Amino acid sequence: MSDHALLLDRGNLKRRNRVNRVVEVVSTIAALLAVAVLLIVVGSVVSKGMGALSIHFLTTPAGLFGDTSGGISNAIVGTAIIVGIAALMAIPVGLLVAIFTSEFASERVAHPVRFVLDLLNGVPTIVTGIFVFGLMVEGNKQSGYAGSVALAIVMLPIVARTAQEVLALVPGTLKEAAYALGIARWRTLLRVTLPTAAGGLLTGALLAVARVAGETAPLILVCSIFGQGVLTEPSEALSSIPVFIFQSSESPSPEAHTQAWAAALVLIAFVLVLNVVARAFYARSRKRMGA
Amino acid sequence: MDSRHPTQSPAMTEPNPEPQASAPQRGPAISIAGSSAPRPIKKSRDVGNVALKGLNAYYGANHAVRGVSLDFDADRVTAIIGPSGCGKSTMVRCINRMHEEISGARASGQVLLDGLDLYDKAIDVVAVRRAVGMVFQKPNPFPTMSVIDNVTAGLRLTGASRGELEDRGREALVGAGLWDEVKDRLKAPGAGLSGGQQQRLCIARALAVEPEVLLMDEPCSALDPVATLKIEELIGELKQRVTVVIVTHNMQQAARVADTTVFMLSGELVEVGPTDKIFTNPDDDRTEQYVTGKFG
Repeated sequence: MSDHALLLDRGNLKRRNRVNRVVEVVSTIAALLAVAVLLIVVGSVVSKGMGALSIHFLTTPAGLFGDTSGGISNAIVGTAIIVGIAALMAIPVGLLVAIFTSEFASERVAHPVRFVLDLLNGVPTIVTGIFVFGLMVEGNKQSGYAGSVALAIVMLPIVARTAQEVLALVPGTLKEAAYALGIARWRTLLRVTLPTAAGGLLTGALLAVARVAGETAPLILVCSIFGQGVLTEPSEALSSIPVFIFQSSESPSPEAHTQAWAAALVLIAFVLVLNVVARAFYARSRKRMGA
Repeated sequence: MDSRHPTQSPAMTEPNPEPQASAPQRGPAISIAGSSAPRPIKKSRDVGNVALKGLNAYYGANHAVRGVSLDFDADRVTAIIGPSGCGKSTMVRCINRMHEEISGARASGQVLLDGLDLYDKAIDVVAVRRAVGMVFQKPNPFPTMSVIDNVTAGLRLTGASRGELEDRGREALVGAGLWDEVKDRLKAPGAGLSGGQQQRLCIARALAVEPEVLLMDEPCSALDPVATLKIEELIGELKQRVTVVIVTHNMQQAARVADTTVFMLSGELVEVGPTDKIFTNPDDDRTEQYVTGKFG
């Protein structure tokens, strides 16, 4: 036996190499599986929804329950209004929360605020829905505003947390440069910090919009019994794409099921596009901040 | 000097410029808040004398600068040398009160600018930083701003008109020896310049607000030798308009640019004197050991 016996691929070393290979293969399979799940979901939505997707489907309001000759124009308009109002509420507040924690608050205050936002992010949306139901719908009526408030609550922690992460990426040397020029704190924030972080802040806002555009549970509770045709008054209940999908899939008619798939296709396309755009902004922003 | 500054104003080349009638008057950079009586306007270079009196600076419990008393005279370049961690940067950051931006940091003692204590309760910290400019170790132009917007960034909040901004921005770029290199791309992003140009852009940005004192915290440590040389040449010109205080870990640089050199060790002032004396015949043994490379 030579002194180089330890270098030979046998015994203990052989066993370790085998374990290494097994772990590598299993983790690769897991990664492929994740990609496969996305492809299968998107693929099945496309294959089942494509048939019902048409200009007519996109531009006609839904018919009465059971009537599948209509489309989802009222649901598209309703989702745009509900999500738009939610964004108007959640994005400014979320940005201000992030500005507070990263620019003004001490770490002793900022840490619990971040923790609370993480908790809020983890609240099941059905709970948010029932909360808004009790707050705005019970004893009153369903409305687009109630849906917007529920979605805004879901959006708020997403906007605030991503904005915090992005603001933390702005190099401290830039703020230092501004302070050393005698530029006041709030002005440094407006002229240096926020413009530098703008792309990333936009990313957070878009991701939050993409996330709530498909949010269904709260809308079923607070904004799901609506009239016919394209409605635009948010003090009344409005249709929305997720609720349309839910209600169509509950219907016994196969045509309604196909319509549900087509609406799902519209929703998933919107969310995917928004995600890709958001990531592009984020990449640009990171480059600007030298990260 | 070479042909790099054909557009340079005469005020930059003559050793003792008279204040020009057309140039913006160097008014009092700081006045006590609440009192409208301005400090008497002195002749151009009588302003900008800095005196430290018993200055102490701390990071939490760490006593970084220990009872330093020191004068920085106008019209001179003062270099601060000493080994890493000796408190030289901290001391300089006390002069424009940037030290207190770090959480847990505080300072005591006096920093007098032409007799006015910058740590007085009535003094506005923003005004201090307009009177005492600073250039940092790494060039830090604002990435979202063009060359010219970077230079005028500190001016824009004074409500200067657009024309005035352009004039003073140009003046500052000339003063920083950068005008010829950037005059055709004033609207290009400031971050697109080379490292040395970016640092001179930062110097121009600091000069544009017309400070009386310019602090430079190892301004060449991130630059190549050619860019370093340009900055050193520039420092020689700058001392005619601002008091220059430069922190450097490079002793040759101190010897090249400074009239006065200060040696610090463990937060304490060891020796201050004319640069050639510090490097050839210092009084203190520790200074001699440091400048001859025995430690540090």
